[in-house]
Amino acid sequence: MEQFAPIKRSKDGQAVRYLIVDDSVFARKNLARMIETFGGQVAAEAGDGLTAISEYDRTHPDIVLMDITMPQMEGIEAAEKIVQAHPEARIVMVSSVGYQENIVAALQRGARHFVQKPVKPEVLYEVIKYVLGDDGAVAAGAGAGV
Amino acid sequence: MKMDLIQPFINAADAVLSQGLQGSTKVTNLIMEEQAYRRKGVAGMIALTGDIEGRIVLDLEPQTAVKVASHYAGADLPESDALIKETIFELANQVVGNAVSALNDQGFHFRVHPPHLLTAEEGDKSSEDVEALMICFETALGNVYMNVALRYNKRRLADHASVGA
Repeated sequence: MEQFAPIKRSKDGQAVRYLIVDDSVFARKNLARMIETFGGQVAAEAGDGLTAISEYDRTHPDIVLMDITMPQMEGIEAAEKIVQAHPEARIVMVSSVGYQENIVAALQRGARHFVQKPVKPEVLYEVIKYVLGDDGAVAAGAGAGV
Repeated sequence: MKMDLIQPFINAADAVLSQGLQGSTKVTNLIMEEQAYRRKGVAGMIALTGDIEGRIVLDLEPQTAVKVASHYAGADLPESDALIKETIFELANQVVGNAVSALNDQGFHFRVHPPHLLTAEEGDKSSEDVEALMICFETALGNVYMNVALRYNKRRLADHASVGA
């Protein structure tokens, strides 16, 4: 898999910590591998929206990558609940169902961005840089970069 | 079954497979299934309800399923590994999600149900009401079969029309 210039947290230069939420083990592994190529660290994983909320409270990740269609509680509802409790939460929806209504609903309820599956690493990388804004910094001179 | 209903699924499968397997795919066969559907190997089925109803099956012969899952995992997987089923499910999800997104933007509304493993050797026959189309995609790792059986939900579409009138 392609290597990217690592994205670090501006405040302390540490790896960006991610919470990956998807009911598919395959999808979680795939995202985890991409995150590694961005120099990130998986803080926790969750297979449904309810677990995502508790894992967010426990780990306070820098970024949440959240699927939409999941058992127990769907991703948009979970995103809304996380943002209500933690307005600073940065949630990126990652779903194969990328129609306009879904995207608008997710953004209205607190998500910062939307990435459609199948996820292209270069697209996710750019979205993460954008969502982190000034709180993220691309390490100079490291990795191949994009 | 109209081709304008099928085409988004063919386009989505082509995009998902060619991106994921990092190579081109080719539709080598497209046939109307008149006999009961016979499963090829590891088959994930996703049901759709809403303005269009039916199901989509993504079906790979066992050896092809192992090769595809191993490709995604970046390591050789044994035939018994649960990740093989998960991979086929996720691919089916991506194909259906992308196709449904395109159809939704044309005004059709759906609910996509979670995938489940098709274990029966034989599925439903085509009928006048629900036709099934089998599409075979040739990839570098083997053939991927997609069986699509969909019908318009005339009552829901009529409801939409009356609301819009």
